[in-house]
Amino acid sequence: MSFRIKVGSKPGEKDVLGENTKKEIESFFHFNIDSVVTRKVYSIDATLSEKELQLLERDLFIDAITEYLCEEDTFDWFIEVGYKPGVTDNVGSTSKNVAIPAILHRKLKDDESVWTTTQYLINSEDLTENDVERIGIKLLANPIIEDVKIVSYDQMKKEELKFTSPKIKGKQDININAYNLNVSDEELIKISTEGVLALILEEMKTIKEYFNKEDVIVERKRIGMDEAFWDKPTDAELECLAQTWSEHCKHKIFNSIIHHKDEETGKEELIDSLFNTYIKNPSNKIGDELGWVASSFHDNAGAVKFNDRILVVDKIETHNSPSALEPYGGAITGIVGVNRDPMGTGKGAKLMFNVFGYCFGSPHTKEVPEGVLHPKRIRDGVHKGVIDGGNQSGIPLVSGWEFFDERYTFRPIVYCGTIGVMPVEINGEPSHLKKADPGNVIIMVGGRVGKDGIHGATFSSAELDKESPVQAVQIGDPITQKKMSDFLLGARDLDLYKCITDNGAGGLSSSVGEMARYCNGCKFDLKKVPLKYQGLDPWEILVSESQERMTVAVEPEKVEQFLELSKKRGVESTILGYFENSGRFHVTYGDKTVAYLDMEFLHEGLPKMELEAIWKRPIFEDPDFEQPKEMNKTLEVMLGRLNICSKEEKLRQYDHEVKGLSVIKLLVGEECDVPSDATVSFLEYGSMEGLAVAEGKNPHYSEIDTYHMTASIIDEAIRRIIAIGGKLPSKNTVFYGLDNFCWNISTLNSEEGKFKLAQLVRANKALADYCEAFKIPCISGKDSMKNVWKLRETVNGKKVEKIISIPPTLMFSARAKINDISKTVTMDVKKPGDLIYVIGLTFDELGGSEYYSYIGEKLRGKRYIGNNVPKVDAESAKKIYRSISEATGKELLHSIHTPTIGGLGVALAKKAFAGGYGMEVDLRKVPYDGKSRNDYVLFSQSNSRFILTVPSEKKEEFERIMRENIYSQIGIVIQDTKLKIKGLDGNFLIDSDLDFLKKAWKNTLGN
Amino acid sequence: MKPRVLVPVGYGLNCEEETVYIYRLLGAEVDKVHMNDLIENPKIIRDYHILDLIGGFVDGDHIAAGIIHANRLRYDLEGELQEFIQTDKLIIGICNGFQTLVKAGLLPGFEGDYKSQRITLICNDSGKFEDRWVHLAVNRDSNCIWTKGIEKLYLPVRHGEGKIRSDPFVLDKLKQNDQIVLFYASPVDGKPTMIYPHNPNGSDMAIAGICDPTGRIFGLMPHREAFWSPYNHPKWHRLKIAGKLPREGPGIKLSRNGIEYVREHLI
Repeated sequence: MSFRIKVGSKPGEKDVLGENTKKEIESFFHFNIDSVVTRKVYSIDATLSEKELQLLERDLFIDAITEYLCEEDTFDWFIEVGYKPGVTDNVGSTSKNVAIPAILHRKLKDDESVWTTTQYLINSEDLTENDVERIGIKLLANPIIEDVKIVSYDQMKKEELKFTSPKIKGKQDININAYNLNVSDEELIKISTEGVLALILEEMKTIKEYFNKEDVIVERKRIGMDEAFWDKPTDAELECLAQTWSEHCKHKIFNSIIHHKDEETGKEELIDSLFNTYIKNPSNKIGDELGWVASSFHDNAGAVKFNDRILVVDKIETHNSPSALEPYGGAITGIVGVNRDPMGTGKGAKLMFNVFGYCFGSPHTKEVPEGVLHPKRIRDGVHKGVIDGGNQSGIPLVSGWEFFDERYTFRPIVYCGTIGVMPVEINGEPSHLKKADPGNVIIMVGGRVGKDGIHGATFSSAELDKESPVQAVQIGDPITQKKMSDFLLGARDLDLYKCITDNGAGGLSSSVGEMARYCNGCKFDLKKVPLKYQGLDPWEILVSESQERMTVAVEPEKVEQFLELSKKRGVESTILGYFENSGRFHVTYGDKTVAYLDMEFLHEGLPKMELEAIWKRPIFEDPDFEQPKEMNKTLEVMLGRLNICSKEEKLRQYDHEVKGLSVIKLLVGEECDVPSDATVSFLEYGSMEGLAVAEGKNPHYSEIDTYHMTASIIDEAIRRIIAIGGKLPSKNTVFYGLDNFCWNISTLNSEEGKFKLAQLVRANKALADYCEAFKIPCISGKDSMKNVWKLRETVNGKKVEKIISIPPTLMFSARAKINDISKTVTMDVKKPGDLIYVIGLTFDELGGSEYYSYIGEKLRGKRYIGNNVPKVDAESAKKIYRSISEATGKELLHSIHTPTIGGLGVALAKKAFAGGYGMEVDLRKVPYDGKSRNDYVLFSQSNSRFILTVPSEKKEEFERIMRENIYSQIGIVIQDTKLKIKGLDGNFLIDSDLDFLKKAWKNTLGN
Repeated sequence: MKPRVLVPVGYGLNCEEETVYIYRLLGAEVDKVHMNDLIENPKIIRDYHILDLIGGFVDGDHIAAGIIHANRLRYDLEGELQEFIQTDKLIIGICNGFQTLVKAGLLPGFEGDYKSQRITLICNDSGKFEDRWVHLAVNRDSNCIWTKGIEKLYLPVRHGEGKIRSDPFVLDKLKQNDQIVLFYASPVDGKPTMIYPHNPNGSDMAIAGICDPTGRIFGLMPHREAFWSPYNHPKWHRLKIAGKLPREGPGIKLSRNGIEYVREHLI
């Protein structure tokens, strides 16, 4: 039986969704709309008595105070939006599995279902059917995951609408196919491309050779595989190899052999693995010297010993491709997915904090090509996804940034990270170590498996275009995961499992495959895997990336207790098989073998790639322009630029203080609305220790030189930490980094590919150089190499293909222990009469600056890039940082802020309007080395600088501490709420009201 | 005997750690109990003096915030809960817990009726979940035992569905009975305000929290457990410079009132 419960706001009650939709339609399309009314529709496909239905309406679906059961509606146009079959409908599944059983005290059957849709009833006489279709597809729904039904009132009167359930009608028969690899090279490539396997020819040939080996064939015969598979891989095997060997899982470019040639210096060298040479080996060396790194670069996340009691576990991932196609689903899956990394590290960590970093096209973009979502939609959807994912999991956001550039229109970047903690020891054992032993039982915990997310790993290793596959898109379910993580932490503390890892990219093939390395083998049965719906072939079950699942290894004697606790917590756990010391990755479907691979071949058989990299310095036009006359106006415009303006409207929607641990919040100042340089949070209740979190990023420097880009962002992350009162790393001070690369390599070994690889080499060299200089160990990182978009255009009747690449994008994250949070400092000025200092030297380093971008756009409609990119002098920077730490330790500072994008001008303005007091400053006093121009001094983005305020009575002590550094008192905090800056000629260059400046900063992305 | 506090957890509730920390600080015995264990054995509620319904995203706020959880209270725990109330014990519900209380009919509790839903909490006027600190005025004429001796508060709200709605009769009665305990207040004059963002959700009569006629059952949107440390204050650095940093987080006061009431009346 089918029931449809249609719920609306009572007349007179506010229909917030309707009102907001009306506003969105008006601002997006400029249509005239009289009203939009919305209805929530719950469709139930189940056997229910009349009385049961009434009970559900009364006690569950309708809020009797403000809502009512709607019957006939009137409207001009009707749009109904609902999920396509197979897409996760979280509300529908909660209704079916939790809400209805709580009332009826019985479970709905597997083939019964509840699904939700939203109706938009639009009143407007101006709209045509085509307009309404655009509203439906461009604004309200994403056709990749949602179905849209559009009807006019007249049509609706004529014929009754039919609503069908989005159920997947699974096929009955199960197929296991063989792949014939004994074919030509072209055929091999075709098999890889058509199967979205993302394997290159050499890899396909290696696989072919393996399956033709005599001993392999003998062994396959011996265990009784079907004859068809004796010398050919099954679909499950080929898929499993493709997942395990994917760029996403194996980081093939980072581990390749690179012939690098630097045309600038003439130097040539052979690099055997960028990752080992520049990241892992140097980091391990630094980590060994410092002593507190517990685990780096081998588990799902890195771990450091924070104090005698706890380890901090940290990981950042990207989820770019899915977010480009379905921003909400891609992003929520991104955050909920990275949550499982700390959860699956060591014995399993408790999740503490989330972070994000996004790169988008301008939300004010006018037109986008077909097949590309509008950047505003991507931005809104990505934010909403990470907001829901974090908020619903009860994990506060402690850091988030956005960067805008038109190239990200085609390929947004979505970084999501999670910090966790775990006790140093659990039940007497070090928590960061784990092991699966032969005989341990393989148990899958959490959500069920469907077709969603098949080929996620190989898909993210391929470039996007209009025809990109959509089954890789899924929607995370934070509540299912929260229940699972609560349960697993309980099981961990009872010592009920020995080893744990998450099901992410590659699904079971990766999770079981990885854990099987501890004991060299496993055997499990895919038929036992609980499915969302019937009809999945074994290979699909093996590689499906359905979310919210962990795999654990349980000792046989503890299985019963594990399953019992799981049941009590409402979490599904299923025995799939066991680990063994067989040297084989053995997968069956019932009693039929569907995969039988040598563990060694699976994990070590991947041939290394050999690549070429050639560095040739690009030369950009050095901008030549007059200094703007109206500097008040210039500062205002700079404050309103996308890469500088306030992002408060979005930031506020992230819960940033659940758990009650925040000490320096995301937003600070008199009105709590200006971002802090870094945030600080307690990790334990009742302690005075805290964890500081900050990031550095600036893809605009990459175009000039990725070496200095990397140096600059490492310095940015560090000085943000120093600014809130942190200290450089030492044996006693935990301070670690994470590196997350998003690169843009579409073809290897082409001229363009060689250059982009050289850019990657330079970034890695800087990472090694500056981590060594500042003694910061990286403990975890990730790379996403193929952030390009194939744009197919028709120019003069000819079809052309253009590759659009993102600028090389690197996020460097810094985390530091704060020993006494009461001595931290924030960026806002706090008291009139305080003295304002600038620390560090300013150069005319405007290459890649926001000011050059602005001037270029203003003068010629295209940003200037320039060549003089900011550099980092690590030795003088370290001296400054030590002195600043001494000053904050002695509580001499009232405020401190480090200039980043927009330089001193923007930093001074933000500092003043955050604090609510004015400033009087003289640019002549700023330590500066360069061409004598006010605008250069104001907007240069030189590194390693601070602006800070000191109460006058602390002047002497402060200056004594700073004496070996370059510093200068440049002005004073004033009561009058104005920013007054004297220029190099001694006249007032800027004299602006703080309210005015703040408005300019808030308007761009305000409400 | 120590005051005993029950904190149900599970299904996406998530403020248990900070809540438990505060009660322990105050010398109470506090147990986190999974909702499923509680439903399996409802009698254990009798062992406690205070039931603290914490905040979170119970069941993902799917369908409507707190409704599924309210049904668990109504359908599986009702007998024990009514008994708990009749024996003069205390209940506090914060945010998700408040939504659960009103949807289960445990508030406003007019004339001893702790079963009928009379008010609701719906989507904020902004249509968005927001995290921001708000000023709160306390109704000094209310007999709410939780806010005794407190004149005003500054606490964070973190919700998407915090707007109080009811019919004028119910609202009027709440007012007449002095059951309105907390108002969203203007930072300028400390008076109840309908102006966004000081009133973050557009709540009727600027209501942020209400109690039952006995003053023992209290529901509120703002998170008192998020202000257990003075360093949770979003502007503590400014307070410190002005010499006004409090010694403890003012959010603790509410729980202390509850614990003291238990010590005086229930032990």
